[in-house]
Amino acid sequence: MSARVLVGVKRVIDYAVKIRVKPDKTGVVTDGVKHSMNPFCEIAIEEAVRLKEKKLIKEVIAVSCGPQQSQETIRTALAMGADRGIHVDVSGKDYENLGPLQVSKILAALAKKEDVRLIILGKQAIDDDCNQTGQMTAALLDWPQGTFASQVDFQEDSLKVEREIDGGLETIKIKMPAVVTADLRLNEPRYATLPNIMKAKKKKIDTVKPSDLGVDLSSQLEVLSVEEPSQRQAGVKVETVEDLIKKLRDSGRI
Amino acid sequence: MMIQKSFHLFRSICKKWKKCHLVMPSCSFTKIGCFHHDLVKWSSARYFHHNQRWQAETPRSHSTSLHRFPFAMVTEHDIDFFEKLLPRQAITDPDVLESYNVDWLKSVKGSSKLLLRPQTTEEISHILRYCNERNLAVCPQGGNTGLVGGSVPVFDEIILSTSLMNKVLSFDTVSGVLVCQAGCVLEDLNSFVEENGFAMPLDLGAKGSCQIGGNVSTNAGGLRLLRYGSLRGTVLGLEVVLANGKVLNLLSSLRKDNTGYDVKQLFIGSEGTLGVITAVSILCPCKPKAVNVAFLGCSTIQQLLQTFRCCKGMLGEILSAFEFLDSACMQLLQNHLKLTNPITESPFYILIETSGSNANHDEEKLHNFLQHAMNTALITDGTMAKEDSKIKALWMLRERITEALLHDGYTYKYDISVPVEHIYQAVQDMRVQLRDQAKSVVGYGHLGDGNLHLNITSPFYDSALHSLIEPFIYEWTAKHHGSISAEHGLGLKKRNYIHYSKPAEAVYIMSHLKNMLDPKKILNPYKTLPDYIS
Repeated sequence: MSARVLVGVKRVIDYAVKIRVKPDKTGVVTDGVKHSMNPFCEIAIEEAVRLKEKKLIKEVIAVSCGPQQSQETIRTALAMGADRGIHVDVSGKDYENLGPLQVSKILAALAKKEDVRLIILGKQAIDDDCNQTGQMTAALLDWPQGTFASQVDFQEDSLKVEREIDGGLETIKIKMPAVVTADLRLNEPRYATLPNIMKAKKKKIDTVKPSDLGVDLSSQLEVLSVEEPSQRQAGVKVETVEDLIKKLRDSGRI
Repeated sequence: MMIQKSFHLFRSICKKWKKCHLVMPSCSFTKIGCFHHDLVKWSSARYFHHNQRWQAETPRSHSTSLHRFPFAMVTEHDIDFFEKLLPRQAITDPDVLESYNVDWLKSVKGSSKLLLRPQTTEEISHILRYCNERNLAVCPQGGNTGLVGGSVPVFDEIILSTSLMNKVLSFDTVSGVLVCQAGCVLEDLNSFVEENGFAMPLDLGAKGSCQIGGNVSTNAGGLRLLRYGSLRGTVLGLEVVLANGKVLNLLSSLRKDNTGYDVKQLFIGSEGTLGVITAVSILCPCKPKAVNVAFLGCSTIQQLLQTFRCCKGMLGEILSAFEFLDSACMQLLQNHLKLTNPITESPFYILIETSGSNANHDEEKLHNFLQHAMNTALITDGTMAKEDSKIKALWMLRERITEALLHDGYTYKYDISVPVEHIYQAVQDMRVQLRDQAKSVVGYGHLGDGNLHLNITSPFYDSALHSLIEPFIYEWTAKHHGSISAEHGLGLKKRNYIHYSKPAEAVYIMSHLKNMLDPKKILNPYKTLPDYIS
């Protein structure tokens, strides 16, 4: 197959890190904090690389939108088996306002430019939990979508996608070109091994600007404040049942 | 003379069991009267576990193997005293006592009827003064994560738990000196000092439960010893309560203090037999800004050792951990804990951690080292991580082996240190010795410190297998001039094997120190020192 696959990878704060809210409540502290690839994006890359290993697709392109550091995330994708990378350079105020709508416009433009047959994304990012980029990209391109995929079967011009939904599992057949978003059980991402890490250093990463793709990054949303969830109150221990009833009455519970 | 008395006592006890001989390792003895002569005479004989009573370890209840020393029994009057001293923290409820009486491995169980949970040093001082007067035995207990049965009572010793003494007393954010009570959990301390950009100088798999007082009294080693050294260097001061209730305040925060003998060193590693540690002053290093972990595969032991040498040379000052495990360990992790092997199957795996203050500098050094190792075929495969989540995942492959072993069956644990070149020889020789009798024979450990954790499993406790393993492993270690307990201590299980790694005069001095600091022997009896000392 001569198909090209575009995989979006997002650089997010590593999930093992303790999140701190900035004192001015404008957002979360990101300076000096460990970042890594969004876990669902790892699953997306793994799926794309497996398709390539099965010789069902020809080329895997990893894309990331963000500042200079996003290139590290693309390198990780290359080390996992992607063929080349595209870094869409977005920084400063534009990066702060970058949301699913802007990213989906970028991905749609790139998909047309690179003549892509399949876009695989993670179902959501662990920093914003939006779960919108895949769906918006499909809508902008007017392509079918298979979201929350836990299994993807390639069938000539179409895909059989098994989706995880509230009621259980739903299997749909969608024609290509299409957008698929990866859910947790789609696969277990591989570790990037040393020989591949070394090879990845030689793979190409192109840098483009959103303006080159004709994309407008303006946002209709404004973040008013970001706050920590309220602290959990300490429990109270009582000695007797009478004490318990008295405490419940005092606090108006009974 | 003291030695003559104990020697004759020992020989008379031995005479009661026929075919009982003593083996002495090839150590050099200095003359100390007739004791020396007789030891030399016996040096070529073998030591049998002739009678059940001399077995160091039996699963579940231990009380059939040892005689209870003539301590007093706990009476109602004693319980009243403790209840007045420690309101609500003098516990006699058998359900609560159940978990305090059994060790983490569920291999030894005591029958204590009284648990005390003091909150201050004064309370401990009162407790010990009372117990000393009344001749009541005490078993100090921290997190109860020890692996040699040293943290639980053997008979009805009163359990003295430091769990409620978990306050941080002070932390100097300039020097990094932390002063805290002995019952602080290691992981909590680590989180606390991390807020200020520091880290604890030690790290072990049991960090979620072990307490700093216990760590110090067992001179715990762990995963960061390679980088930060042992507790003997990082502990700056201690507050200890002696057997007679006196509080010994050596809680200084000074890096340098050469005024007289360094008495605190006696208590570090004495496993609660010389005094109860109530507060610790410890020096914390700066938390590294950049941590990288590499997980590598090697096909032979020689390559493993070569990689270590190369690593020390190329990574030098940023190296903070060098651990290894064999393919048998990986098998257990995959079978019992469903962990995935991140790289291709290899006979040996290495985990290297670097810690430094500059991410770019460290990554470059690590990349150069890894490239060199791959090009010279020292390693066959590998992966590396710098993100917290991936680093945790890779460390789990090393830290969870103990857990995986528990799932595999009854575990016979050995913790030896030998010159690095022989580190895996013990596993290979043990496999030959046991042939197919054991379920698994695995080796892993702190290669950087020359410390091997040799573990054997069988579906259930098998005394025939046990007697094939011991004293073979101890003799092997003595032959290679190693230590039969590198970091786990002697506790209950290894107390009678001290002679494989220490000469008689050293044991003699230890018994004198014990007599001086705890003449009534109430502190953690039946532990650490061999039975013939008493």
